[in-house]
Amino acid sequence: MENVIIGLEIHVQLNRLQSKLFCGCSTQYHNSEPNTYTCPVCLGLPGSLPVLNRKAVEYGIKVGLALNCQIEEETLFYRKNYYYPDLPKGFQISQYDFPLATKGRILIKGEDGLERDICITRAHMEEDPGRLVHAGTIDKAKYTMVDYNRCGMPLLEVVTEPDLRSPKEARAFLDKLKSILEYLDVFDGSLEGSMRVDANISLRGGDRTEVKNISGFKGVEKALSYEITRQKNLQRRNIKVVQETRHFDELRSITVSIRSKEEAHDYRYFPEPDLVPMRIANWVPAIKATLPELPDAKRERFVKEYGLTDDHAKSLTSEIKVANFYEAVAAKAVPRLSAVWIADVLKGELNYRDLGIDAFQAEHMVEIVNLLSSGAITEDGAVEIIRTLLDKGGSPQEIIEARGLGKAGDETVKKAVREAVAENAAAIADYRAGSERAMNFIVGQVMKKTRGKADPGEVHRLVKAEVEKV
Amino acid sequence: MLAELKEQLRAGSAEEYLSRLFEKIEKSSLNAFTTLARESALKHARDFDKKPSQGLLAGVPIAIKECISTKGIETNCSSRILRGYIPPYDAHVIERLKAEGAIIMGKTNMDEFAMGTSTETSCFGPTKNPWDPGCVPGGSSGGSAACVAAHEAPCSLGSDTGGSVRCPASFCGIVGLKPTYGLVSRFGLVAYANSLEQIGPLTHTVEDTALLLEIISGHDRRDSTSAEKGSYLPGLKDGVSGLKIGIPKEYFGEAVGEGVDERVEKAVWDAVSVLEGLGARWQEVSLPHTRFALAAYYVIAMSEASSNLARFDGLRYGLRQGEDRDWHTTFSEIRSLGFGPEVKRRILLGTYALSAGYYGRYYLKALKVRTLIKDDFLRAFKNVDLLASPTMPIPAFRIGERINDPLSLYMADVFTVPINLAGVPAISVPCGFAGHLPVGLQLMGPHFGEATVLRAAHAYEAATPFHEAKPEVV
Ligand SMILES: [Zn+2]
Repeated sequence: MENVIIGLEIHVQLNRLQSKLFCGCSTQYHNSEPNTYTCPVCLGLPGSLPVLNRKAVEYGIKVGLALNCQIEEETLFYRKNYYYPDLPKGFQISQYDFPLATKGRILIKGEDGLERDICITRAHMEEDPGRLVHAGTIDKAKYTMVDYNRCGMPLLEVVTEPDLRSPKEARAFLDKLKSILEYLDVFDGSLEGSMRVDANISLRGGDRTEVKNISGFKGVEKALSYEITRQKNLQRRNIKVVQETRHFDELRSITVSIRSKEEAHDYRYFPEPDLVPMRIANWVPAIKATLPELPDAKRERFVKEYGLTDDHAKSLTSEIKVANFYEAVAAKAVPRLSAVWIADVLKGELNYRDLGIDAFQAEHMVEIVNLLSSGAITEDGAVEIIRTLLDKGGSPQEIIEARGLGKAGDETVKKAVREAVAENAAAIADYRAGSERAMNFIVGQVMKKTRGKADPGEVHRLVKAEVEKV
Repeated sequence: MLAELKEQLRAGSAEEYLSRLFEKIEKSSLNAFTTLARESALKHARDFDKKPSQGLLAGVPIAIKECISTKGIETNCSSRILRGYIPPYDAHVIERLKAEGAIIMGKTNMDEFAMGTSTETSCFGPTKNPWDPGCVPGGSSGGSAACVAAHEAPCSLGSDTGGSVRCPASFCGIVGLKPTYGLVSRFGLVAYANSLEQIGPLTHTVEDTALLLEIISGHDRRDSTSAEKGSYLPGLKDGVSGLKIGIPKEYFGEAVGEGVDERVEKAVWDAVSVLEGLGARWQEVSLPHTRFALAAYYVIAMSEASSNLARFDGLRYGLRQGEDRDWHTTFSEIRSLGFGPEVKRRILLGTYALSAGYYGRYYLKALKVRTLIKDDFLRAFKNVDLLASPTMPIPAFRIGERINDPLSLYMADVFTVPINLAGVPAISVPCGFAGHLPVGLQLMGPHFGEATVLRAAHAYEAATPFHEAKPEVV
């Protein structure tokens, strides 16, 4: 993959804002009737004027700072002129020279397993266009409908350097970006179309293509993989890759050409006369002060403060909600054991069910970890409790009682061991002759007698001691 | 005038007065109005008669230029492409007028999208000059000026991007003001060139203009370029004693373009003498970059226009013709049908000026010139309180005389466009005649210097009879 060169342009909806970028319309249009979240301004009606949502600029600066960017002293908006039905003014208010933030970086784990910085060229603000709904696929649709609910949503476009080397790295970058945005509480990634990606892809020495408007991280991986294969096949057949814009067709999982280089737009950027330039340098200190602890810093702290492995710390900090969940549990239960059970077990069970951490109560986890560390339940029992809580609900105590998951008492286990050793003379002989399998058989017998409520390791030790006594 | 009218309406009947105006308009051949809001206006008048409301313009009808959005009344900028578009909202100035009790009587003809100096590029045909129906009323707010001059409306609003209020005021012998950029909210004004334009009043007297400005000015949070207002009526009659008036030498004689009509020049010098007689002093000043103003103005205005007018694609409102085909074909057809030749010319030139490779040569250069011109004014206003010049270098010309020679039309804007580039206020007041056609005196002030501009204009008006002259059609 070292010959693959990928750069990304990510459009992030700052959808935690109350209102759109240049008007008072609500941002909470998802799942509503088309064209109901609009006003003269976002519909671009004649005579309407944009008024900047200052909070959106604050959010933008916040993201810029979190991405280690330099914040411009003074920033301004430009008009990006082009005709498209989703653009009701015939231009998009965007940024050009003097964007909000420049020269940042994000740390990701690369294809080679090592961590490295991916450079961010710039991050700028712009308004989202409306949404086109094609009757069929983009190249064959008979007609297209337009929904302007999305029009004017505050977007932050994050542009990377061509630093990524594989679809997997692109995915890692996006995961990290999303994580940071959610830490900042400026973005809700669960909403449809909240993050859309344009990807520039080339093979070393070849021309690049741009795949536009891919939504979903899986979509990005698929589109990139398809495009790399397509370009490699062209190379093998000695056909030149042409510089062009392509569309990712999600249904067919392929990219199709939509615009050649010759048809490229001249956007005729010029400063938006209806908005005034803003000095934002003096906003920075106050915004900086509101920045929360970000994923990398939290991960480091988890290692230091709770004595976690780096892998556990990383797994627990990739999502702010999980990190908060962990800290709530670790405050009342053994931190390292909590980390193991949340990172290795709970997260897996949640993933399997396509659930978020919200589906599990921190108090329940505290109870489970405490029961484990006091030896009142076995590991298998703990797993069963977690699964039952997720599938049927209830409380850990109820489940333990209903299913008899409490660990067997010492005397019960010892009695079962004595019985098993007495009843299986032949196996004992085999064990003495050096058969591990015979040992396992006896342990199995003990587990049967205790109906699985004993700890297998402990049973193993007790059997050994009993045999030596005899 | 408006103050007396208000009293008359309160004592008499607003409905009767308005009905008489509508009757007159019906019979008129000037073509000043495009839409009459007969029903809503008469209802408003009846309501006023039943229960007279308070407010600075209670019961007073006003005519509104086609490009100012009026809720429920078609707003089409005299362009085919916007025929049938009825705004769902009022412009800020309309809200303000309504709040003061004014009655919106209808919309007035203009050059298509305010692109013109003669009101000949309208899709409704030209408006005629009340002083000579063979002549243009000036533009682009030609309808708004003609209807006031012909007493078809007591007052009106226009918009001024490069002289579009002052030029028709001058050609029609009435008062017209272009306020400081930012003083009047542009919210609801259909944009031609955003960075240049302002809405302004057209009236018979300076006092009426001051009254309208008092109402429509002031900060509006929906326009990011809008500013706080001053106060215009209280000091209006304080006279010009001690005021220093600058005469920009570049605005006289052969200094610019085809030169200034001798009769116009004489009328303006006479006006300066009148002001001097009232206690003002005058001195020559220089605005050295004046000769670059026209070029810079047209580059900036056309560039902004090319972008502003991109929204008219027939998809959401306005002209929709024939069968829909693919996006590019459909909107191209609608635009080629909907826009007139002057609008197309300006869109093409503006698009060109903003194109990659030309942006620096045209648009950026024009912005630099704009700064130099603004600096000319700032420097001049260090030494003088006001500047005086002709509003237009010529009196009204014949309909059809210049329409096929766009450059000669553009040249007529030579004394009005620098004011829009600099963002300063300027008024045109009647100052005599060239033959049977009115001549306008332009008084310019520093940024937010409206009070001084209006005070001087008022003093001049009080000392001269020109604002009382009536065209024969009245
Ligand atoms: Zn809106």
